[in-house]
Amino acid sequence: MNLAILIPLFPLIGFLLNGFFGKKMSKTLSGTIGASAVFASFIVSIIVFAQLQTTPGNSMTVNVFDWISADTLNIPIAFLIDSLSVVFLLIITGIGFLIHVYSIGYMKHDEGFSRFFAYLNLFIFFMLLLVMGNNYLVMFMGWEGVGLCSYLLIGFWFKERENNNAARKAFVMNRIGDLGFLLGIFLIFVTYGSTTFGEIFPMVDGASESTITIIALLLFVGAMGKSAQIPLFTWLPDAMAGPTPVSALIHAATMVTAGVYMVVRSNVFYSLSQTASTTIAIVGVITMLVGALIALFQNDIKKILAYSTVSQLGLMFVALGVHAYSSAVFHVTTHAFFKALLFLAAGSVIHAMSGEQDIRKMGGLKGKIKITFLTMLIGTIAISGFPPFSGFFSKDEILAHLFQSNYTLWLLALFASMLTTFYMFRLLYLTFFGSFRGTAAQEKHLHESPKSMTIPLLVLAILSIFGGILGLPTSWHLPNWMHHNLEAIVIFDEPIILSHATEWLLMTIAIGGAVVALVFSYMIYRKRGILPVEKESMLKNWQKPIFYKFYIDEVYETVIRKPLDGLAKVFYKVIDLQIINAIVDGAGKGIDRLGVSARLLQNGNVGTYFVFMVAAIIGILLFTFLN
Amino acid sequence: MINGISIDLYLWLSSILFVIGVIGVMLRRNTIILFMCIELMLNAVSLLMVAFSALHQDTAGQVFVFFNMAVAACEVAVGLAILTMIFRRSKSIDADLLSNLKN
Repeated sequence: MNLAILIPLFPLIGFLLNGFFGKKMSKTLSGTIGASAVFASFIVSIIVFAQLQTTPGNSMTVNVFDWISADTLNIPIAFLIDSLSVVFLLIITGIGFLIHVYSIGYMKHDEGFSRFFAYLNLFIFFMLLLVMGNNYLVMFMGWEGVGLCSYLLIGFWFKERENNNAARKAFVMNRIGDLGFLLGIFLIFVTYGSTTFGEIFPMVDGASESTITIIALLLFVGAMGKSAQIPLFTWLPDAMAGPTPVSALIHAATMVTAGVYMVVRSNVFYSLSQTASTTIAIVGVITMLVGALIALFQNDIKKILAYSTVSQLGLMFVALGVHAYSSAVFHVTTHAFFKALLFLAAGSVIHAMSGEQDIRKMGGLKGKIKITFLTMLIGTIAISGFPPFSGFFSKDEILAHLFQSNYTLWLLALFASMLTTFYMFRLLYLTFFGSFRGTAAQEKHLHESPKSMTIPLLVLAILSIFGGILGLPTSWHLPNWMHHNLEAIVIFDEPIILSHATEWLLMTIAIGGAVVALVFSYMIYRKRGILPVEKESMLKNWQKPIFYKFYIDEVYETVIRKPLDGLAKVFYKVIDLQIINAIVDGAGKGIDRLGVSARLLQNGNVGTYFVFMVAAIIGILLFTFLN
Repeated sequence: MINGISIDLYLWLSSILFVIGVIGVMLRRNTIILFMCIELMLNAVSLLMVAFSALHQDTAGQVFVFFNMAVAACEVAVGLAILTMIFRRSKSIDADLLSNLKN
């Protein structure tokens, strides 16, 4: 019995309690159960983390029970605790706990309070399963589970059709990715005869290069769905239909980074296949740019953050593409800090604005909601990459890696990060500076959020400031804990081999870029106080495609949904109505007709029955004798 | 041979009696006649049993026939009682009129 079993157990118990008895409990009780379940997991994670430091090889396997055992197919429910999964465990349970606490305040007036906490706990359970599994199948189970919870939570306010559509969209898009993942697992099993990480990874190079590439690409398709990469990213912005804590927890800090975790876990495959790595880098860089560009023209506070998440995920994948695995994990960590912070702060703004999400109707909130403003400012600085905030270190490490492997990638990433600074400060200026643009009723109702919301904000703000300590640049002659920690797992991690002078130069350029973007943003949205346009006609020609999100949804609508609808109609009208219905109805009608004719035999006349009886007896006798 | 008469003749006689009974039940509608025909069939079988009992020098067959007759007597008693009730209700003993269970 290892402590690690307790980590997913607590949220599961929390889910069961809230799921079955939530309606009978008071809100305080179900909120407390939900949050404390995650907190207990967090404590156990810390203990396990401490244990791990003294464990030889920094890795331990915990067998729970045998799940599938048939001939050569052996799949246990077993947990692999090593320095990679423990980083994710701490992020999930730590940030998860803060978001649970925040939710107690945020969801206070919601009627589905206990349902919300049940779903959140279930999500944490599956997410833990995903990162703890010691084989691809357990990982897949968690993978599907978090997809389900994401669906349930996006459509949490299911009374509005739009939310349900968003939930379905997320579910279907994820399903496309999951199919790729599943095929990848099948191919792994066929090729290596196992799905357990520890057994596969040492013999990966035994297969042909094309097989490795196909496996790597199939797994990446799964990551594309879950981590919202082009072309499967459109569900993430729509997923903002869910409550804000959900956006923070699932669609920023944890679930969407599952793809990164999976690629890092399978780094052996990617390191052996240049084709797959290049594909990831290209997809990542496009996603990063498209996300950042679209975010420039969004006016919904949560949508901006959603596209920003898409863009940041793109950056992580570019890092994975150049084999900078530990840098990607580092960025996942800092991103979890500051993006959860930004989302929660945005939630606090929305809370203060009585549900308003359009930044054009905000403004001047700086003095009204001070803590929210302060934390949002910290989050913005962190994501923009100003030192010494956490985002600077992780982003800079990735940029250095990109510079080392490909100048184009580096330039594009630098551009995207400038865009990030620009739109984040645009968000900040429009929301908190200038004069209030909402209704008088909203202005009267403006208030700072309760403590249960502001305290998680403050904790996350502190993490966003100091998170960079986890991965200090080597050029500063400081220990890079993240890199060191993952050394044993990510054996193919590319080291930075640039000279220190170059690194300093790159940092200066990155900071310079961020400053330029900040100045631009300041000039436009603060000094000149320009408001985002309301009408399409006010846009310049080059802005139109970005404003309309590159028409991606519309393209999918025409290229995929409509032909599929047509096909479905054909199937319905021809195959279903005319063939299947004919067979089924025919069977029914035939029996019916048989009944009608058989009914005539039952005429109630004893004589007739007797005739049949005698005839039958004679028949039987004849049959017996003739044989 | 039983008392100089071939077993074949017993078989023939009982078969003819049985067939007469069967045909009677099939064709006639008078319930009393139906009853008589049923008795006829019963007795045809009894005759056969007695005949074989004699042939094989085994009394079991004859014992059976006694049972048979007792049962037949009971049956007739019950049957006639039912018939009387039917007659009281419908003033008829026509079997075809008794088909109102049909609907």
